[in-house]
Amino acid sequence: MACSCGNAEENQEQYLAPLYDVLAGYECKEKDLIPVLQDAQEEYGYLPQDVLQEIAKGLGVPFSQVYGVVTFYSQFHLEPRGENIIRICMGTACHVRGGDKVLDKMKEELGVDDGETTEDLKFTLESVACIGACGLAPVIMVNDNTHGLLTPEKVPEVLDQYRD
Amino acid sequence: MEQSIYRSHILICGGTGCVSSGCKEVRSSLEDELARHDLEDEIKVLETGCHGFCEKGPLIIVYPESVFYCELKPENMEKLVEEHILKGKIVEEFLYQEPVTNESVRSYKDIDFYKKQERNALANCGHIDPEEIEEYIATGGYQAIGKALTEMTPQEVIDEVKDSGLRGRGGGGFPAGLKWQFASEAEGDKKYVICNADEGDPGAFMDRSLLEGDPHRIIEGMVIAAYAIGADEGYVYVRAEYPLAIKRLRIAIEEAEEYGLLGDNLFGTDFNFDLHIKEGAGAFVCGEETALMASIEGKRGMPRPRPPFPAQKGLWGKPSNINNVETYANVPDVIQDGAETYKQVGTEGSTGTKVFALTGKINNTGLAEVPMGITMREIIYDIGGGINDGKEFKAVQIGGPSGGCLPEDKLDLTIDYDSLLEVGAMMGSGGLVVMDEDTCMVDVSRFFLDFTQSESCGKCTPCRVGTKQMLDILERITTGEGQEGDIELLEELAENIKSTSLCGLGQTAPNPVLSTLRYFRDEYEAHIYEQNCPAGACEELLGAYVIDGEACVGCTACTDACPVDAISGEAKEEHQIDEDACIACGACVEKCPVDAITQ
Ligand SMILES: Cc1cc2nc3c(=O)[nH]c(=O)nc-3n(C[C@H](O)[C@H](O)[C@H](O)COP(=O)(O)O)c2cc1C
Ligand code: SF4
Ligand code: SF4
Ligand code: FES
Ligand code: FES
Repeated sequence: MACSCGNAEENQEQYLAPLYDVLAGYECKEKDLIPVLQDAQEEYGYLPQDVLQEIAKGLGVPFSQVYGVVTFYSQFHLEPRGENIIRICMGTACHVRGGDKVLDKMKEELGVDDGETTEDLKFTLESVACIGACGLAPVIMVNDNTHGLLTPEKVPEVLDQYRD
Repeated sequence: MEQSIYRSHILICGGTGCVSSGCKEVRSSLEDELARHDLEDEIKVLETGCHGFCEKGPLIIVYPESVFYCELKPENMEKLVEEHILKGKIVEEFLYQEPVTNESVRSYKDIDFYKKQERNALANCGHIDPEEIEEYIATGGYQAIGKALTEMTPQEVIDEVKDSGLRGRGGGGFPAGLKWQFASEAEGDKKYVICNADEGDPGAFMDRSLLEGDPHRIIEGMVIAAYAIGADEGYVYVRAEYPLAIKRLRIAIEEAEEYGLLGDNLFGTDFNFDLHIKEGAGAFVCGEETALMASIEGKRGMPRPRPPFPAQKGLWGKPSNINNVETYANVPDVIQDGAETYKQVGTEGSTGTKVFALTGKINNTGLAEVPMGITMREIIYDIGGGINDGKEFKAVQIGGPSGGCLPEDKLDLTIDYDSLLEVGAMMGSGGLVVMDEDTCMVDVSRFFLDFTQSESCGKCTPCRVGTKQMLDILERITTGEGQEGDIELLEELAENIKSTSLCGLGQTAPNPVLSTLRYFRDEYEAHIYEQNCPAGACEELLGAYVIDGEACVGCTACTDACPVDAISGEAKEEHQIDEDACIACGACVEKCPVDAITQ
């Protein structure tokens, strides 16, 4: 939000420029709220309050509605997130094939709990309900990549691929 | 046609499952090999959607012989090209092996997993390039819409769908034709058709595969529905977790627009239709139709009371028809071949086929499309190849969080919408999760309650609070804190929640608990009264591990595995576990080569 370098306004302009680009691509009606939030999150990695306020203004919907929508859907995040998002499937097929063991190993390797981000902002760990690759259970998704038929032993190997 | 120039076609699966097991690398290695042998002009490589057999990926089918190779690696391509493509010799080692007989099978048509299926909705999945509209057209695609628009009135289309007996594949099984009739009769200057591709049921992935493997079929089904009810705009609501499905659908819509199959004045008539994609934002309850529409409108996805039904007041208050992906996928066949032909498959009350997602402790996991009226036993044993690791079947869960678990003695039940309801389960979206002797049924119902509880939108109290109470009780039972009266309390809560919740989520949330209580009550009782988990799954109820001294070969594998150094013993001699130190993690059991460690 407010910064201390003396030209807050200019910085704010610069900070919000990508958002204005996003908004320019839409008719800016109520129905565009979710897609705009999705694009904004893609841009900023999460949804900072200033961004939400601008979106409310831009679409002409009350801030309370924007906030209500953001907190309703699990896809939206109000806090900064890791560079890589690890989604561990806790769906039925993965559950019966030991998905919880993969989650435990992942927690151990990263030193974070479900829903948390590592201190170096490299990884965010979250459990999800089903990725739709149940044939390969247990499954995880890192960013847009699916990794299937996992075992706790394979976890470090998968993580290494994203550690640069 | 262009295709005839090639001596052979190699189809490589590019579905989500195979991408994750490395099909991109296999493909580039294959292309390198073909180039190395100057075969690019003779052999065409095509990337298809999911074949439904993802566990065996990456997959390749070589035509015209239709030889099926599976579990391929990039380094296998050199041999495959040199042997099969150059010398015409089938490479035995890459063939599929039947799990029961261990026989290698050459043609995919002879694999048990496919042989017993009737692939209609999935006919093209895995056989055409979903990013090429020409390929869909070459299989007879977009003929049904031509027929509907130029030879049939909207009412005739509706009648045909009604006659076909097609019922909604998204869960409830409501007759599609009747729903269309309501939407067609509703007054309104503007109407919408919506495709529900939210597919939230954990354990189901048929809608994803259809969208990835044959997106034009869904578009065609939707255009026909739009013509029937008089809509000029449509939405496909797809889960954000399905990026590849969204990409393929986007390409398909652009192609259909270029070919004049979407847009204005279709087939020279005055019928116009535009189609948009809406990405979900992660909320299971948005699969419920009224919540889904609220979500498209840019609101929180909370269900509202029905009536009014979407057919009267749907998206932005306009009459709307909403169907599931697989429902739309059936529509082109109904129109093209006629209701009479369509009805030949299936049972009287449930016509046609259904795609099931077979997962869990089963040999062949994947998508199986079968005629309605088939038995569960045929699906699990003939198509699924039975239980893996030689374990005993215990139960099959059908219908996801709204469904139920069926025991062994229900395996010969013929599957249709109505028979499943009678035994306390439901079709749902068609997820079949097979469970073996190691699965604890109390834990399974705890698992589902945990799911519905966290996905409850919170609008109504019975669902929000009631499921939490049920979950608390189940957590108690699985951690050995169960009390007398818990079972009765669960049953009472279940009935209450079922009868007083607003939407299907709450109304069906107790089903997994009720069905496991019905068929596996003894497991609940063992947890509560004996502090024992018969399946050996609930960790808090299990004691320390012990090593059977006679069986132990002293290999020391367990010593290294134990995180708390609870195991002692010299190499080649008997090992012991210190009961007090053991944290019952089970790590040693997995390492022991002679299965000497038990609980
Ligand atoms: C909590 C809940 C989740 C649902 N999820 C889905 C879903 O993911 N996909 C779907 O097609 N229908 C889902 N449904 C059913 C829809 O409300 C609706 O009945 C269906 O889309 C109608 O299509 P059909 O008649 O073609 O089956 C869900 C219902 C409830 C109550
Ligand atoms: S039953 Fe549950 S999910 Fe449905 S409206 Fe009520 S609280 Fe929401
Ligand atoms: S169960 Fe775990 S803690 Fe106990 S002996 Fe085996 S490895 Fe060690
Ligand atoms: S249950 Fe894990 S991917 Fe479907
Ligand atoms: S993704 Fe290749 S078979 Fe399913």
